[in-house]
Amino acid sequence: MNRFNVIGTWTLFQRESRRFLRVKMQTIVAPALTAILYLIVFRYAMGERQVPGLDVDYFSFLIPGLIMMAMLQNAFANTSSSMIVGKIMNVHVFLLMSPISAAEAIIAFLAAAVLRAFVVGSVLLLVLLPFSDLALTHVWMILFYGICGSLIMGSLGLIGGMWSKTFDDMAMVNNFIIMPLTFLSGVFYSVSQLPPFWQSINAWNPFFYLIDGFRHGFISTGDSDPLQAMGAVAALTILAVISSWYLWRIGWKLKE
Amino acid sequence: MNALEINNVSKIYGNGKVALQDISLTVPEGSFFALLGPNGAGKSTLINILADTVNASSGNVSLLGHDLFLERAWCKRRMGVVPQEIAFDPFFSPREILKFSRGMYGEKADDHWVDELLERLELAEHAHKVTRQLSGGMRRRLLVAQALVHRPKLVILDEPTAGVDVELRKRLWDFMRELNAAGTTILLTTHYLEEAEELCDQVAIIDQGKLITSCPMKTLMGDVASSSLCLSYDEPLQLSDEDTIVLAAFSPRVHDNQLCLTLNKQGTHSDFDAVYQAAKQQLGAPVDVNIRQEDLEDVFLRLTGDPS
Repeated sequence: MNRFNVIGTWTLFQRESRRFLRVKMQTIVAPALTAILYLIVFRYAMGERQVPGLDVDYFSFLIPGLIMMAMLQNAFANTSSSMIVGKIMNVHVFLLMSPISAAEAIIAFLAAAVLRAFVVGSVLLLVLLPFSDLALTHVWMILFYGICGSLIMGSLGLIGGMWSKTFDDMAMVNNFIIMPLTFLSGVFYSVSQLPPFWQSINAWNPFFYLIDGFRHGFISTGDSDPLQAMGAVAALTILAVISSWYLWRIGWKLKE
Repeated sequence: MNALEINNVSKIYGNGKVALQDISLTVPEGSFFALLGPNGAGKSTLINILADTVNASSGNVSLLGHDLFLERAWCKRRMGVVPQEIAFDPFFSPREILKFSRGMYGEKADDHWVDELLERLELAEHAHKVTRQLSGGMRRRLLVAQALVHRPKLVILDEPTAGVDVELRKRLWDFMRELNAAGTTILLTTHYLEEAEELCDQVAIIDQGKLITSCPMKTLMGDVASSSLCLSYDEPLQLSDEDTIVLAAFSPRVHDNQLCLTLNKQGTHSDFDAVYQAAKQQLGAPVDVNIRQEDLEDVFLRLTGDPS
């Protein structure tokens, strides 16, 4: 049995995090701007309305959802773009050739994804918070959902990146799976307003629990049962991380 | 001890293509080893199996006495591979790439060695450029630096000099020779057979996934390489049936006014005389005579039957 390659894992984590810090405009400033645009649009579309069933104003409802959505998308983008760029530029062979095990690689990639999600999330929080009277009511909930959500999305990004052969494949995963699931997860509306059929469909959308739980950390209320949601999210996190580790280990779509 | 012992390695790709068929060869520690073969012979597949970017279908490999497939991390730390395809991370500079690469092999930073590599591979001036700005030759040298940055015991180079000009190629080989003299085992593939013959003390030739030969370079050139006696006449030659029969043992080849006859192995005096006399008797005295010794390229072409 080999010792854990601490220096190797740390180096890979640095590589993966410097990559997004190097292109800050794309990775941090752009998502912040997008979130502000959403906020302006919905602010004037919805006015001072309250969210039905939740007894909270629309702004306070929208902001945590927007932050979480950006965090999830950025965690996914970090691992998926690294994988696809690596495959297309053929740089992933260096990772395969290096003595970094599957577990070490997954730890480094996911840590960088979580870091990017939290950097983007913190920037959004600082930018959007002045527009509202939100408070970090349950920090542990915010952290739990933030970390689990980033781990799930980072793992999905790795798997999507391993599966994709081209940028087009990757865009397809992003546009046809990730975007619909995030947009239909109750960021912009309370799920209790949906017709019963769509509510039951929604119960199977993992993003709904992530966003609802994260928002719960700010507004102390939500559409799902907190305990049940945490259980489901924790289980999904473990499943996603183990799947990405296993696929890396067998060299799925990476090795011939 | 052997740097590498490759035992019965085969590779059949998913589409049924057999890339390697039961290859067994040994790379002695400290050797400078040439792995030769025509395009598509399976050299890169074999190297990719060693590098862990392709899975072998069967067989096993030991590196410095350790099982390559079971003790991957241990083995990987002791080998550096220069892949054939140029690959570079567009986000980082050569210096950063070398630092990351060293770190990924679990080694603490060593700026001194990174500087020396940049210097030796003539990348020092470009150390801070983004890799996108590097020329093809520079990128290939960066790959070499990357393979050496964790000071491996075994260096594997897959066509390291493709697209590198003569001067730089010479300096690159000088550097490899120095590393080899300091105890590093070097395994390379190259299309420059003249260079392989000059540099390497061991050679293996594979063709269509099969091993043709694997032996010390001296043995190959001594036992397998033959030489020819070429006699020139002042007018074009036409061998009669009788000439052909008499000279048959020396496999006569006629090109215009020249007749070439194969000498046995490294032509001995008696052999030379017998061939010369036989030719003189049949065709008269030539105006010019020379001996052509087969080089590695000739042997290679003969063994692989590659018409090119």
